Amino acid sequence: MPQLNFIQAINSALAEEMERDPLTFLMGEDVVLGAFGATKGLIDKFGAKRVRNTPISEAGFVGAAVGAAMAGTRPICEVEFASFFYCAFDQVCNQAAKLRYMSGGQARLPITFRAVFGAMGGAAAQHSETVYAQFLSVPGLKLVVPSGPADMKGLLKSAIRDDNPVIVFEHGGLGRLKEEVPAGDHLVALGKAAVKREGKDVTLVAIGAMVPKALKVADKLAKDNVSVEVIDPRTLMPLDEETILGSLAKTNRIVVADEGHLRGGAAADIASMVAEKGFDSLDAPVKRVASLDVPIPFSPPLERAAVADEARIERAIRELLGN
Amino acid sequence: MDVGKDKLLEMYRSMQKIRHFESSIRDLAMANEIPGFVHVSIGEEASATGICAALRKTDRITSTHRGHGHLIAKGGRLDKMMAEIFGKRSGYCKGKGGSMHIVDFSLGILGANGIVGAGLPIATGSALAAVIAGRDEVSACFFGDGASNEGTFHESLNLAAIWKLPVVFVCENNGFGEFTPMQTVTSVKDIAVRAQGYGIPGHIVDGNDVMEVYQYATEAVARARAGEGPTLLECKTYRWEGHVVGEQAFLGEEAYRKKTEVEEWKRKCPIIRFHQWCLEGGKISEAELKKIVSETEKELDEAIAFARSSELPDVSEVTDDVYV
Ligand SMILES: Cc1ncc(C[n+]2csc(CCOP(=O)(O)OP(=O)(O)O)c2C)c(N)n1
Repeated sequence: MPQLNFIQAINSALAEEMERDPLTFLMGEDVVLGAFGATKGLIDKFGAKRVRNTPISEAGFVGAAVGAAMAGTRPICEVEFASFFYCAFDQVCNQAAKLRYMSGGQARLPITFRAVFGAMGGAAAQHSETVYAQFLSVPGLKLVVPSGPADMKGLLKSAIRDDNPVIVFEHGGLGRLKEEVPAGDHLVALGKAAVKREGKDVTLVAIGAMVPKALKVADKLAKDNVSVEVIDPRTLMPLDEETILGSLAKTNRIVVADEGHLRGGAAADIASMVAEKGFDSLDAPVKRVASLDVPIPFSPPLERAAVADEARIERAIRELLGN
Repeated sequence: MDVGKDKLLEMYRSMQKIRHFESSIRDLAMANEIPGFVHVSIGEEASATGICAALRKTDRITSTHRGHGHLIAKGGRLDKMMAEIFGKRSGYCKGKGGSMHIVDFSLGILGANGIVGAGLPIATGSALAAVIAGRDEVSACFFGDGASNEGTFHESLNLAAIWKLPVVFVCENNGFGEFTPMQTVTSVKDIAVRAQGYGIPGHIVDGNDVMEVYQYATEAVARARAGEGPTLLECKTYRWEGHVVGEQAFLGEEAYRKKTEVEEWKRKCPIIRFHQWCLEGGKISEAELKKIVSETEKELDEAIAFARSSELPDVSEVTDDVYV
């Protein structure tokens, strides 16, 4: 199996899917050179017709992706930084998400949006946001948050083949993380969580960049005889409730860790699902670990203070276990 | 321009259908028989008809909150439209869209739209799809003078221009955005001049003259199909009715325009004008035109009866069609 980093995994998923279907095409700001390297070289394979630099006009080109999807093609639309979705909210939330429903099932919107999110070291608030929670109350979208190269590739390929609008959120801090990625047609189903590590004392649901952190915490706690089960939901919409609740039924304790903000965030959403549907399994209240409710600051110590980290995950677990 | 008799009859039928449909919708809304807001386009029949007459069935359109006319001109069925506006399951969108959101993919109608300016990028993308797929289809995009002040207008014209996409942007300038006169909120007298900013042709068109609209549309569509890129057409017209049916109840009669102004435009009725033009030189007989009117009346009565007698959706359908 080849070792790939996050960016290479994206690149190979894009290349394979574009190879597979001539109606797929790539559009976005600077996709020809590839602002983060993920789309590098694709122009040489697929040509200028299918790899298109867009003007800096998010509402315009996101809307064009919507129209192109409705008219029978399969756009892969890169929005560079996920915070830029705010400039195109209407096209994502009012158009892409709703047109199938509002047309009584006539429209098909096979669009894959890709966007970089998260705190990545001094990018400051407008480039560091964890935006997916903003889309959680918009039915009609699917939301994907991969935590490593293998899942990245498999989830992105599934997203491209999906006939619904899917947003793939790529954490900007995971770029150099390397792991073995299965060769060939490696697909990871949307709506299926991964048990990243088995354990019996506490369930730790970790999203995106929190997954590698959660695994480190689990390693550390194992030395103190605390057995942590780490679950990566991989997609937030649809959410694999069954795997989360199944794990809880085994451990009876749960912590949800996310880089998004505490209020109204993805951790809040999962925690309330657990409280409602898993109450009988709970030996202690559900705990959330999330970023502070402040815009993500620029200065490194402030940024570190704002964003959820390993220490906070560890503390939450210890509090929950009373040790 | 040499236009065959069949085409003229088709255009006349389209205009009559729009007028009758919209008049009925107004009456049904006033009688509280249909839910939601409805926006009718009485007085604007020539632009919808003239543009769509220049399109093929496989060409696509995007429309607006005031979309019934565009949809009818593109071939939309009156019964399924009416049923949709009644919120019935037999409607185009199974009762989930309503007046502002009717879609018919089989006719290339990508949808009316409740968001002002949202159709511009969608039509641009639909034209992009034609290029990607290697098909010689054209997209036409209807929008209002109000929408031309949205950012999506700028972004779409720019995008379509740089990529030479086969799209025709059709601004129906009826003088108002809701209750605000266009000239008080728009930096230019003619929207068409904005085309210059994008390096594409822009034309001012008499939006009450269906033959003039058809001629400009034919040229713009040919240009688009030949890969030469987009055109902006500004059809100057007027809406006889309010922005939304029933607005007089909360605004009063002359809140933002004088009755005399409306009367003046009624004298420029696009249908009467076309009717007379058809009769001139014996192109078409009075009897043939009358026959179209009576057929339209019958079709409309049937559409209303169909909508009234159709079933409402079952509540179990509420979760259908969110995802594929
Ligand atoms: C984004 C957005 N802003 C405001 C509205 C409310 N609204 C509905 S129709 C309309 C006026 C539109 O004017 P114009 O584009 O000229 O079309 P017309 O009604 O004249 O046909 C407005 C402001 C809306 N639906 N969407």
